[in-house]
Amino acid sequence: MNDNFEPLIIGFCCNWCAYSGADLAGVSRLQYPTSLRIIRVMCSGMVHPNLVIDALQKGVDGVLVGG
Amino acid sequence: MKNEFEVGLSDRKAVYILFPQSIPNKATIDKREERPCKAACMYACPINTNVLGYVKLIAQGKYKEAYQMNRDINPLPSACGRVCYAPCEKNCNRGQLEDPIAIRELKMFVADQVNIDELPIPQITKTGKKVAVIGAGPGGLAAANDLALKGHDVTIFEAQPEAGGMLRYAIPEYRLPKKILEQEINYIKRLGVEIKTGVEVGKDIALANIRKDCQAIFIGVGAPGGMKLEGEGADQPGVTDGIKFLQAVNLGRKVEIGKKVAVVGGGNTAIDCARTVKRLGAEEVRLVYRRTRAEMPAAAEEIEAMEKEGIKTDYLTLPKRFFSKNGTLSEMECIKMQLGEPDASGRRRPVPIAGSEFKVSVDTVIAALGQVTQVEFLKEMGVNLAKNGTVPIDPNTGVTNIEGIFAGGDVVTGAAYVIDAISAGKKAAISIDRYLKGDPIEVLREDKKPEKLDEKEVAVLKQRFPSENRVHMKELPVAERVTNFKEVALGFSPEQAVKEAIRCLAGQIEGCIECEECKRRCEALAVDYTQKEEKVEINVGSIILSPGYQVYDATGKPEFGYGRFPNVIGALEFERILSASGPFGGHVVRPSDHKEPKRIAFIQCIGSRDHERDYCSSFCCMFATKEAIIAKEHLGKDLQCDIFFMDMRAFSKGFDEYYERAKQLGINYIRSRPASIEEVPGSRNLTVKYLIEDDKKASREYDMVILSIGTQPPKEADRIAKIFGIELNEHHFCKTSPFHPVESKRSGIYLAGAFTQPKDIPETVMEASGAASKVLSLLKEARGSLIVKEDFPEERNVLGEEPRVGVFVCNCGSNIAGFVNVPEIAEYAKTLPNVVYVGNNLYTCSNDTQDNIKEKIKEHNLNRVVVSACTPRTHEPLFRNTVRKAGLNPYLFEMANIRDQCSWVHMNEREKGTQKAKDLVRMAVAKARLLEPLEMMTVPVNKAALVIGSGLSGMTSALELADQGFEVYLVEKEKELGGYLKQIHYLIDGTKTNNELKSLAARVKENKNIHLFTQAKIEKVDGFIGNFKTKITMNGTSKEFEHGTVIVATGSKEYKPKEYLYGADERVLTQLELEQKLAQGGGLAKGVKNVVMIQCVGSRDEERPYCSRLCCNEAVKNALKIKELSPETNVYVLYRDVRTYGFKESYYTQARQKGIVFIRYEKDQKPEVVKTKNGLKVNVFDQTLGIPVTMNSDLVVLSAGVVPNEDNKTIGQYLKVPLNKDGFFLEAHMKLRPIDFATDGVFLAGMAHFPKAVEESIAQSQAASSRAATVLSKDSIELEGIISKVVDANCDGCAFCIDPCPYRGITLIEYMSKDAIKKTVEVNEVLCKGCGTCMATCPKKGIFVGGFKLEQISAQVNAALGVEA
Repeated sequence: MNDNFEPLIIGFCCNWCAYSGADLAGVSRLQYPTSLRIIRVMCSGMVHPNLVIDALQKGVDGVLVGG
Repeated sequence: MKNEFEVGLSDRKAVYILFPQSIPNKATIDKREERPCKAACMYACPINTNVLGYVKLIAQGKYKEAYQMNRDINPLPSACGRVCYAPCEKNCNRGQLEDPIAIRELKMFVADQVNIDELPIPQITKTGKKVAVIGAGPGGLAAANDLALKGHDVTIFEAQPEAGGMLRYAIPEYRLPKKILEQEINYIKRLGVEIKTGVEVGKDIALANIRKDCQAIFIGVGAPGGMKLEGEGADQPGVTDGIKFLQAVNLGRKVEIGKKVAVVGGGNTAIDCARTVKRLGAEEVRLVYRRTRAEMPAAAEEIEAMEKEGIKTDYLTLPKRFFSKNGTLSEMECIKMQLGEPDASGRRRPVPIAGSEFKVSVDTVIAALGQVTQVEFLKEMGVNLAKNGTVPIDPNTGVTNIEGIFAGGDVVTGAAYVIDAISAGKKAAISIDRYLKGDPIEVLREDKKPEKLDEKEVAVLKQRFPSENRVHMKELPVAERVTNFKEVALGFSPEQAVKEAIRCLAGQIEGCIECEECKRRCEALAVDYTQKEEKVEINVGSIILSPGYQVYDATGKPEFGYGRFPNVIGALEFERILSASGPFGGHVVRPSDHKEPKRIAFIQCIGSRDHERDYCSSFCCMFATKEAIIAKEHLGKDLQCDIFFMDMRAFSKGFDEYYERAKQLGINYIRSRPASIEEVPGSRNLTVKYLIEDDKKASREYDMVILSIGTQPPKEADRIAKIFGIELNEHHFCKTSPFHPVESKRSGIYLAGAFTQPKDIPETVMEASGAASKVLSLLKEARGSLIVKEDFPEERNVLGEEPRVGVFVCNCGSNIAGFVNVPEIAEYAKTLPNVVYVGNNLYTCSNDTQDNIKEKIKEHNLNRVVVSACTPRTHEPLFRNTVRKAGLNPYLFEMANIRDQCSWVHMNEREKGTQKAKDLVRMAVAKARLLEPLEMMTVPVNKAALVIGSGLSGMTSALELADQGFEVYLVEKEKELGGYLKQIHYLIDGTKTNNELKSLAARVKENKNIHLFTQAKIEKVDGFIGNFKTKITMNGTSKEFEHGTVIVATGSKEYKPKEYLYGADERVLTQLELEQKLAQGGGLAKGVKNVVMIQCVGSRDEERPYCSRLCCNEAVKNALKIKELSPETNVYVLYRDVRTYGFKESYYTQARQKGIVFIRYEKDQKPEVVKTKNGLKVNVFDQTLGIPVTMNSDLVVLSAGVVPNEDNKTIGQYLKVPLNKDGFFLEAHMKLRPIDFATDGVFLAGMAHFPKAVEESIAQSQAASSRAATVLSKDSIELEGIISKVVDANCDGCAFCIDPCPYRGITLIEYMSKDAIKKTVEVNEVLCKGCGTCMATCPKKGIFVGGFKLEQISAQVNAALGVEA
C-alpha cells in the first residue's frame, strides 16, 4: 500500500447520536481527513447487513456503523 | 474580556457566542458603556480605517491582527504608515484633551511587525471577468487589489518602468524606502494582478484595444505633469520641474545640480525637493514661497524636518526673472510680497510690493508649483475632460461618461493625497464589481463626518483620563541623515507602541468600543448599532419567576485562598476545565502552569452549612463525586482524588450507587472539614490542613484544590421581591410552603428552580412544569388564543412524474464558501441527473431565500428539493415546511450536510473538501430522485386522563387536570384516599397534614371532572398516546373508559424491618409508628428517659442500595418533637450520614443545639439492639470518638426506608413502561425528563418515581398534569411520516421483525387470501418511531422505513462510490 493511499469510507450514522457527534465535530472545528462519506440513518438498527456487504463489494475501503 | 461561560478561565471578545451549543446560537455584542470619544479618526479617514480597532489590538500586543485589520481595508498600510497626511490624527478626539494619538506611527509600527512576503494569500474564487487598470499609482493599485480579491482578472498598464506611481517617483527614499513599497506591490501581484510596466497607453497600446479585451477599465493615471514656472528666462536648462527632478532621482539617474539651489513652492513636493537636494550635496538650499509659513500647504512635520536639516525659507517671495552667465543659470530676481484679500482657496492672496525686487545668486532652480494631468489618450474613447484636464466622474461611484470606464485619484481631483487616491480606487472597485455582476452601480453610502467633543465633554474626559504625553518616535539624527537617503523615521519599539496605543480613549472602556468592524464584515447585515434599550409593556395573566441562584463568593473564606492561589478553583471552573469545549480544550491542567495535576483535593461545603448560611446546597456532594470520576477518566486511574466532606449527601435516585462506584474507582473520601489551605512556595502546590476524626491535626499536599462552592440567593433577589411583591424567607430565597411549592405569596406569580431553595436539575424541571400547570389552570379560558395556525396549500401529486430536482447550494456567509468552492459545487450539481435547477445562496435559511425556493419550485415545476448546506438535524424542519408551503409533500426534501460535516472539518483542504462536498451533493441528489411522498397520520386525542393512585400525588395531579378543564379517571386500589401521607401528621416546619389531606380529598370528591374509583383494580390498558382504553374491576363489576394520557402515581410505603428486634419487642418502633404515638397518643409514656433512633434501616444496604431520602428529616423532626414534649428525654440518633438537604439543614442544627446526640456508625459496624432484664440496650461503635458506646434505651426507633409499591411491575407491563432495579418507575431521562416516560402519553408523579418530601411530590404531580395537558390540549396529534410500512406481497409472516422491535409496534396477523391463510405483519403507526430495526432483520424486503428505503440508502452508497446501481 503506498503512502498516498486515501481510503473511501462509508459511515452509516444514527441521527440521534453518531450523526449528531459528527455535527458536533464540525461545530468544534475538529479537523479530520476527507475520506468519510456519512449516510444518515434514523437508527443504526436500520442498517441492513446487505447494505454493508454491498458497499464493500462495490469497492468501498471501509464501512463505519455509528450508533 | 473575561469569558463568563468559562468562569473567567479564558478571555472572550466583546462580540461573542456564549458557548457552541447555546440557544439561540447567535452572537451577542457586549456593550458596557458609551465610548468616551466620537471615533473622529475613523470618520476623518477617507477609507474609514478602523483606527480604534487596530489601536486596541496594538494595546493588547496583537500586532499581526492589527496589521491584518489594516491590510483588509488598505492595500498599502506600510506606505500610508509613513507618508499619509493623517487626517485621523488631526481629528483625533484625544487631541482635544492634549496631543492626539500617533495613529500614523502606530500603523507604520504594525506594518513593520510582519513580513509581507510571507503573508498567506486568501482563497479567491475566480469570476472569469477581466478588468484593466491604467496607472499603477496608489489609486490603481487599490482598485486592482480589491477587484482581484473579488475574483476578477486584473491587468495594470503602467507607463513608467516600475509600479508605484507618485509613491515611487515623487516621494524620496528617506521617507518611503522603495523596498517596502515593492513588498506591498508584490503582495498585490501575488493576488493575481498582472502589472505591465513601461507600457504607455495611447502610445504603446490604444485604449480602445484594451477595452476590447476587458469588461471594465479603471483610469488612475494621476497628475504627473509639473506646472511651469513663469517669468523671463524660466525656460533655460538650470530651471527644472520638481516632479521631473524627484522622478529622475528616484529612478537612480544622475541628476546635475549646482551648489546653490532654490526650490520654488510650498507644498510637500517642494519640501521633498529641497531635502533631496540637500542630500545630493548642494551647499546652499533655500525654499522660495510667496506666502507665509502659516499658509504653506506642506505638512507641518515636513516643514519642521526641513528646517531641522538647515534649509531656510524665503517667505513672501516670488521669483520673477532668471539670468544666466556663460549659458548657465547664475541669478534670479525675486520680488517681495504682502498678503492681501483672501482668494478662491480661502488663503490670503499674495500681492507684490512694488520696487522690492532683489537678486539672489543660484545655480539651479527647481519649481514645485503643482501638478497637471496628462490624459490625451482618453480622447480617443470619448471620455469627457474638464478644462483643467481632469476627468469628471460621479464622486460616489467613479463612473465616467463612457460605460465600463471608471476613474479616480489625482486624474479626477488634481494633485491630492495618497489616501484620497486609495479611497477613489476602492470606491471604483466596488462599482466595477457591481457593474460586472450586473447589479445597479448606485450604492447608498453612509458618509459620516468626524465629530468634535464639546467643551463639557472635554472637561469631563480630562477629569476621567489623566494627561499622558504622546510617545515620540525616534528619528535618525540630522547629521546622519542629510548626507544620505536612509529612512529618517526609525519607528516605535513594541513598548512605545503599546504605551501610545493605550492612550486611545476608545480603548479605555471595557466591552464594545463601537469600532464597527463587525458591522462592516457581517455579510448578512445583521449588526445594527442604532438599537436602543426599549421599554415594552406586556399584558400577562400570570408570571413564572425562575431567576436561579448565585454562586457564593468564596473569597469570603480567605483561609482557603480562593482568588489568591491560582490552583485553588471552584467546582464550576473545574467543570469547564473538564469539558472538551472548555478553556483548555478538555485537557485537564491546573491554571498556574498548565500542567496536569497528579493529586487533586475537593473540599465540600464552602459557603454552605455554616453560621451565616445554615442550609445545604444539596448538589455539591454529587457534583464533586462526578468531577472526581471524570478527572480520573481524563488523567488516568493513578490520579489521586481526595474529597473532604462532612456528610455524603447522595440522597436522590441512583446517587448512592454512584457514590459507591466512585469509591470503587479509588476516589478517597476524607470525613473532615479542612481548616485552611496554604500555598507551597515555589511549586504553587497546596497544603490542606485538617483534623482527622479523633481531633488529630493532619495535612496533605495537592497540586490543585477544588472548592465545592455553595449557592446563594440571586444577587437581585431583594429587588425582584420588591418589584413582584413577593416574600423572601430568612435565607433570602423566595418563600413558599410545603403544600404550595411553586406558588409565591402573591397569587398568580409562580416559582420554579433554585430561587426557592438550592436543588438539583430534576427537581428544577419538575417545578418548572409544575408552575406551568398552575398557570394552565389559571388561564384555561385563554388557552390557544395567541396561537397562529399555519395553512398549507393542497399537496401536489407527483407520483408518476419524472424527478425534477432543484438543488440549493448555501454559502452560509463564509462558513461554507470560505473553505470549499461553492460556485464549483453549484456548477457540478447542474450536471447531475434529473437536476433542472441549481441556486447558489448566501444564506439559504434566510426568509428571502425561503421565498425564493418556493418561487423556484413553482417556476421550474420542481418535485424534489435538495438543500446543500448545514445539518438536517437543525434545519430540515424549516426546509420541509418551505417545500410544504410550495405544495410539495415535505418528505420530497433531502439535505447534503456540506457545512458541519465538510467545510468546518476540512478547513485547510479546500480542494479535497470541495470534492467531498460534490460527492455529498451527488449522494443527496441520488436519494432525492427516489424519494416518495409520505403520509403524516393524524390521530384524534381523547381529552381525558387516567390517574393511577390517589395519594397526595394522584389527588394533586387529578385536581390540577380537572382545574384545567380535563376529565379525569382516578383509580385507587384502597378504600380511602390519601396514600402514604395518611400516616404523616405534621411536617418538620409544623404544618399539620391532616387538614390539608382532608381538604384535598374533599375537593377530589366534589370535582365534577373527576371520576373516582376506589377499591378498583386495573385489568388492562390498551392503546397509545391520545387513544388509551382501560378496563378496571371493582367489587366484581368491571368498567371500561377511554382516555388520552396516563399519570402513574402509585406511591411507595414504609419498609417493615426484620432487624433490631422489630416485631419481637414492642419498644422497637418505626418512625411512622413513633409519629402516630407523638401526634395522637399525646406524647411518650411517662418514664421514657432515653430514645435511640437508628437510621438507614432497610436502606443503603445490599438488598436496597438506595437512600430513602426522607428518613434523616423524619428522625430530626420526631426527635425535635420529643424534645418539645419532653425536654428531659435524651435522644440519640445513630446515623451514617445526616442527609438534611436544603433548608432542612437548619433543623439539624436546631436538634444539636437542643442536645440531641448524633452518633455515627459504619455500614459494616451496625448497632446492636439487645433485650436485657432492665430494658433495651443499644451497642454501637462511635466512629467519631473511636470507641464502643452502650446506651440503655426505653424506646428504639427505626428509620425504616421506603420501598416501592409491589403493583408497579404489573402496571408497568400494562403501560409498557420500565422500572429500575429497585422497583421504582424509570423516567425517560434522570435529569432532564424526570416526569416523562420513554412511552409517549404516560407520565410519572410522586413516590412511584422515588421517595420524596411532600413539596417535591406536589411539584412533580403538578408537573405531570402540565405534561399531560400538552397532549390533552390538542385535538389531534400529527405523527412522524418516517415510520415502517409493510409490503404485504413480500411478507411471509416469518415474524423475525416482531421481537427486535423496541417499541413493540409490530403484530403478526392472518387473513384469508385466495382461499388460503396469508400471514403477514402489521405496524402500529403510532407506536412506531421509524428506527428500522425491522427493516434490517427482514430477509424478504417485506418491511421498510419511509424515506429510508433500502434502495434509497443504496443509491447513496452507489453515488458515494460513483457507480451505477
